[in-house]
Amino acid sequence: MSEQNMSVALDRDHRGMNLDGEEIAMEVKNWNLFYGSKQALQNINMQLPKNRVTAFIGPSGCGKSTLLRCFNRMNDLISIVRVEGEMTLYKEDMYSKMMDVAALRRRVGMVFQKPNPFPKSIFENVCYGLRLQGLNDKTVLAETAEWALKGAGLWEEVKDRLDENALGLSGGQQQRLCIARAIAIKPEVLLLDEPTSALDPISTLAIEELIFELKKEFTILIVTHNMQQAARVSDYTAFMYMGDLIEYTDTDSLFTNPQLKRTEDYISGRYG
Amino acid sequence: MKAWFKEGEHWVWFSAASVSISVVLVLGLLSMISVRGLVHFWPHEVYDYQLKTDDGQFEQIVGELHDTKLKEFKNQQTGVIEKIPQFLMKVGNRDIYGIDFRWINTTDIIGRQDRLDDDVTVIERFEYGNVYGHLQAIIQNGEIIAEQEQVLPMMQQLVSASQKLYQQINRIEKVTLGGINYQLEQLRLDQKKFEAEGRLNAEVQATLDQQRAELNAQFKEQQSILTGLYSEFNQLGEVTLRLAGGQVIHVPFKSIVRFWLPNNMTMTDKLGFFFNSMGHFLLGDPREANTEGGVFPAIVGTINMVILMAIFVTPMGVIAAVYMSEYAKEGMVLKIVRISINNLAGVPSIVFGIFGLGFFVYIIGGSIDEMFYEYALPSPTFGTPALLWASLTMALLTLPVVIVSTQEGLSRIPTALREGGLALGATQSETIMKIVLPMSMPAIMTGLILAVARAAGEVAPLMLVGVVKLAPELPIDFNAPFIHLDRKFMHLGFHIYDVGFQSPNVEASQPLVYATSLLLVVIIVSLNLGAITIRNRLREKYKALDN
Repeated sequence: MSEQNMSVALDRDHRGMNLDGEEIAMEVKNWNLFYGSKQALQNINMQLPKNRVTAFIGPSGCGKSTLLRCFNRMNDLISIVRVEGEMTLYKEDMYSKMMDVAALRRRVGMVFQKPNPFPKSIFENVCYGLRLQGLNDKTVLAETAEWALKGAGLWEEVKDRLDENALGLSGGQQQRLCIARAIAIKPEVLLLDEPTSALDPISTLAIEELIFELKKEFTILIVTHNMQQAARVSDYTAFMYMGDLIEYTDTDSLFTNPQLKRTEDYISGRYG
Repeated sequence: MKAWFKEGEHWVWFSAASVSISVVLVLGLLSMISVRGLVHFWPHEVYDYQLKTDDGQFEQIVGELHDTKLKEFKNQQTGVIEKIPQFLMKVGNRDIYGIDFRWINTTDIIGRQDRLDDDVTVIERFEYGNVYGHLQAIIQNGEIIAEQEQVLPMMQQLVSASQKLYQQINRIEKVTLGGINYQLEQLRLDQKKFEAEGRLNAEVQATLDQQRAELNAQFKEQQSILTGLYSEFNQLGEVTLRLAGGQVIHVPFKSIVRFWLPNNMTMTDKLGFFFNSMGHFLLGDPREANTEGGVFPAIVGTINMVILMAIFVTPMGVIAAVYMSEYAKEGMVLKIVRISINNLAGVPSIVFGIFGLGFFVYIIGGSIDEMFYEYALPSPTFGTPALLWASLTMALLTLPVVIVSTQEGLSRIPTALREGGLALGATQSETIMKIVLPMSMPAIMTGLILAVARAAGEVAPLMLVGVVKLAPELPIDFNAPFIHLDRKFMHLGFHIYDVGFQSPNVEASQPLVYATSLLLVVIIVSLNLGAITIRNRLREKYKALDN
């Protein structure tokens, strides 16, 4: 299939995707991103439904992490990055000049590939975002921390040692702590950038179960290299390749009946 | 052998040898200044020699043996060069003999005691150095009140009484009268200030006069107490000693610092004497153009200057480093700034001294005087070398060190942590304040350690911007505002230079130079150890990040 044909097919497929009955949390229109003069994302259009898990898959360097970092404007930190297009969070323009970036990041939380707890106590890690908002009430902090740690499935393991340094936890625990830290400020959307790639299978399983629980309260966007993981945890899946959004549909259809050959090749492991 | 070279074994030996040489040098240096410095505090035994003088007479010499060396003499008859050992004797009694130290040729010694003389007494005086001699009698009000065996016990009593009186007098003179004088001076300046501002009316004048009268009354009162103490001090009387030449010397008790019988001491006595001497050295004021007494003002001055410098340099250096590595855009300008900072570290320190004198003292200090202390002119308040300017000059000197090590620390913080902070809705400045800077503390401490070590050991620039040979007042005291930034101060490094090379009595001051050097090293090492302990504790906290 030629590039031209593919992009036509892609557009048709995308528009035909059935998101009826879903409330839309985020919308991306004609999104382009450049690293200096090199284009990394090309004309991305997609809608992200609320309280669902949307997975981004694709080979390395396809732009899925770059796209994810657009959703909380993390790319602003890189001075050579330039973006075009429109991105909205509940119909609000995320890239408007009026937007307070810090406030946006409180609404769109993020968990990174490598666990990055702060060198503080477990409790202080969870409360960090709350304290930034000026919240210092001991009981409120303690309640929120407990709620967040329970939400991240870590409470039982750490409830007796909240004052210990977070760096003493295992990798899987640290990652769940980072999730707890992110959900403690009650964001609307949670971005997970390959959250299990640095973890062992058991921790991975724990986090996958957690994602299933968390989607009741949060809209979740997850980037993953692991197709089984995408199949297991997500409701919708987007396949990206070379900065293009190739196919985006509900997870069952994508994995059982991919519309495009490139998608089929990738999920059947012919390249990637 | 070939294999040995091929394996690179010779390089291993070579580097091992280099390391050993460095270690030996460091240990040698430390042990030399330790031994020479500490010997200063240990009681020397006193020897008694009969000498043959050039004109055929005999001379008795009593004193401490301080050094020996071989001196070359050309024999007049044979023309052969002979090496004759010489003794350096401390004979003391400067007011009688004129000199403290004498070199004597061992060939001139014709008689020496086999047994050390137990009764030789050494008296340390506030003026004219030590007395070496035999106790004869104690005289009070022109009458002999003790002779022979009674002298020693009575002397002990009287000396401890005189020490107590001395302390009382010293406290009144320095603290109480000093404080009143300070307040009077402030009043005088206040009056000048009111005059200059044209606010000096009868009412103000009356309050000032009243305050002055009160202070003067206090002064009088203290002075009468002082007069009483002084007459008591004078009435203690004097002790007479017979010296080696047969002369008799009268030593008033008020001039005695302490006395001891060096040849009649047990090990415990000697240890007690050792620590007592150390106490005198650490807590006493310098005497006799700094060649005797203690170095307390210099210790206080050095530590004060270093702490002030740390207070100036840390925020300045850290803020500069944060700006350069977190905010500034990479480019030509930043590159030039970096190069300049690195070069600043290589500028000779005396250049900083000149800059400090020209810029801080004359320009800034002069302007401050003109703006705020015009009434006190022509006598300068801040427009003269002082503690403040010395600390600022030192802060400037050590700024590059702090900036460079802080920058290194900042660059070691993983990007993931900054992103973690930002992703939780922190602004960049919040991330820097709450995550990046606390985690860079070990690196900042390292910079500070290097800065402190450098500043405490520096002498040349300090001579220009505030250090003096003898400061009349300490930079901190009990008079508000307690720390006086406009005062000149003493510094251990300069003290070493001054005592060792500028004093009229080189032989006498040599042990003091070693003792002061040892003290300077100890102070720097302990300041460093303190900072290193803090740094290691912080490192421990963030240890897990490194792997």
